[in-house]
Amino acid sequence: MSKPKSILSASCPVPKLDFEIITMGHGSGGLLTHKLLDGGVFNILSNEYLDKQHDGAVFEVYSGKMAFTTDSYVVSPIFFPGGNIGELAINGTVNDLNMCGAKAQFISLSFIIEEGLAVTDFWEILLHIRDAADRANVKVVTGDTKVVERGKGDKIFINTSGVGQILPKAAIDINQIKSGDQIIVSNDIAKHGIAIMSVREGLEFESDIESDTCHFNEIVPELLAEFGNGIHFLRDATRGGLSTILNEVAQSLSKGIEIHQKSIAVDEAVSSACELLGLDPLYVANEGVFVAFVEKEIASAVANKIRSWQHGTNAAIIGEVTENHPRQVVLHSAIGGRRVVNMLLGEQLPRIC
Amino acid sequence: MKYLSEYRNPELVKKYTDEIHRECRQPWMIMEVCGGQTHSIVKNGLLQLLPKEITMVHGPGCPVCVTPMNLIDKAVYLAMEEGVILCSFGDMLRVPGSKYSLLEAKSKGADVRILYSPLEAVKLAKENPSRQVVFFAVGFETTAPANALSVIHAYREGLKNYSILASHVLVPPAIDAVMNDELVKIQGFLAAGHVCTIMGIEEYRPLVEKYQVPIVVTGFEPVDILHGILMVVRQLEKGEHKLENQYGRVVRPEGNPEAIKVIHEVFGVSDREWRGVGTIPMSGYHVNPKYTDYDADRKFSISMPKVLENPECIAGQVLKGIKKPHDCPQFGKGCTPERPLGAPMVSSEGACAAYYHFSKINGQLTEA
Repeated sequence: MSKPKSILSASCPVPKLDFEIITMGHGSGGLLTHKLLDGGVFNILSNEYLDKQHDGAVFEVYSGKMAFTTDSYVVSPIFFPGGNIGELAINGTVNDLNMCGAKAQFISLSFIIEEGLAVTDFWEILLHIRDAADRANVKVVTGDTKVVERGKGDKIFINTSGVGQILPKAAIDINQIKSGDQIIVSNDIAKHGIAIMSVREGLEFESDIESDTCHFNEIVPELLAEFGNGIHFLRDATRGGLSTILNEVAQSLSKGIEIHQKSIAVDEAVSSACELLGLDPLYVANEGVFVAFVEKEIASAVANKIRSWQHGTNAAIIGEVTENHPRQVVLHSAIGGRRVVNMLLGEQLPRIC
Repeated sequence: MKYLSEYRNPELVKKYTDEIHRECRQPWMIMEVCGGQTHSIVKNGLLQLLPKEITMVHGPGCPVCVTPMNLIDKAVYLAMEEGVILCSFGDMLRVPGSKYSLLEAKSKGADVRILYSPLEAVKLAKENPSRQVVFFAVGFETTAPANALSVIHAYREGLKNYSILASHVLVPPAIDAVMNDELVKIQGFLAAGHVCTIMGIEEYRPLVEKYQVPIVVTGFEPVDILHGILMVVRQLEKGEHKLENQYGRVVRPEGNPEAIKVIHEVFGVSDREWRGVGTIPMSGYHVNPKYTDYDADRKFSISMPKVLENPECIAGQVLKGIKKPHDCPQFGKGCTPERPLGAPMVSSEGACAAYYHFSKINGQLTEA
């Protein structure tokens, strides 16, 4: 499958530079580095913090708590159906802050580029980063660019860190979870992993499945404003998929979790692809799905609220926390059987985010 | 999803389950031959739905589990060779060899690739003329046509850098070997639907006659499996033994003649060692002399020292249905999917892994 449609032509003027690929010189700190940064990075991501081009960013904080997170993005291929490494690097870090009960505000952005990366690919990634940051209403305020020899990386790796203010009513803590809490999944699962899989070398198959990558920087603040400490715990279901999160919670709290296969939405094409590839959607990665553990009384209202969000149309209550079978996640199969859902062993598929 | 959701329909499941409960009056021991069926049985929690009179025994039909350790060692050895790209189905990667698994070899720098089709490996060979591409061709009759076809393609294109490390095993001789063991008390079989899609059903008739057992060619979805069990139970209760086909929507009695032709073009039948079971006469495929250049075993003339299996592993008895995975003192203790003693704990179709992953609730197996 070819690279998804480029946004280069449709978007803002891209700097014209006299080189086509990124070489070791672009990481030297010398003239080429300046050309790359001034001509590209600062130009595209321009904002009042970044424009100062200082070693770090200086910004106001308010009283209260902050959340701070970091993540590295090594997805292969770097462009995939429904997204790309740049978009992932913004959404992923924003979402990690949201899962702490914070509204994401400032992001740092570091590139490790393998020499030979096409400059057009780099620009395209930068434009996606800018668009994703705009959508999530966060600012890229500091960053770094390094280049490594060919063969020492894989096109481009990105690290982003982020800070954000903990929202006033948020009380997200795994220890807040209690028996009877309802488990809500914010959308249908397994799209991201399958989208990546569909373009992997040696595995390519024709499909319209797109990654679900999106940010939670609006929905989570809205949920917390409305439901406050009735929302006990949030996690995004990325690597290892839904089952991994549920297992982590069950094991960490020594409580049991019951889930109902019928309630867990899986897109039909995704489900077919999983059948073909021998994957269990419960273990396939998502980039736009979170899991909420909430007070029983508010569960339907929370699910309804998520369903009104464009990336949450298939949100559903999928199960609950119980005192039975501590440390185990038990799935009620669609046909009436029961089975334990274990932690993913190793990776179903490496380098998906 | 057409042909899937219908066969996972809860009402149909209930209908067949009720029917089995009505018809079953005596204790019966039934083996599902194929690991895919074992996986489906355990994953869908079917064992709890069956009457307690029925004991399901999980057969040797997991190609990954029965691939001899010696062959895995060969694959690992080849993968570690300079200039070799070793391609394999994903399932094989974590199976322990005597020293390393392919996954460990990969982390030590070997170029190991997971593919879903051997034809992809041929493509890889064309794209990498300076490398030797070896496909670890593991499987029952089901995967044999595609593996054979890859050899034919490479032969036609005159590729000098493609070969397969063949580890093909055959179902009927395995059933024969299982029934020949006097400890085995199996009274009926669910035969593997996908194998029969290729080979047809007639090669099972002599087994039905020889051992006077019902054999029902069965699919893999919950409704298929329950229907297959019902067909076996009906025969058993009536004292009959017949060859029947539950999986008629996929399996034609004559199989797929084109695919069989391709298999016979590339492969001949010979004795084969089954991991945990031993050598079964005429139970596997070797690459025919015409295609010697595409037979990795001969092309690279690798000889590996024979290494004994871990004596604590009872895989052989599990694969013959003499013991259940949890009868093994090491099950879930000395042997887990992270640190397997034997192959059935590794493959998603292995009986031990299926039990380990799906069926233990509160430390209790959710079996009737």
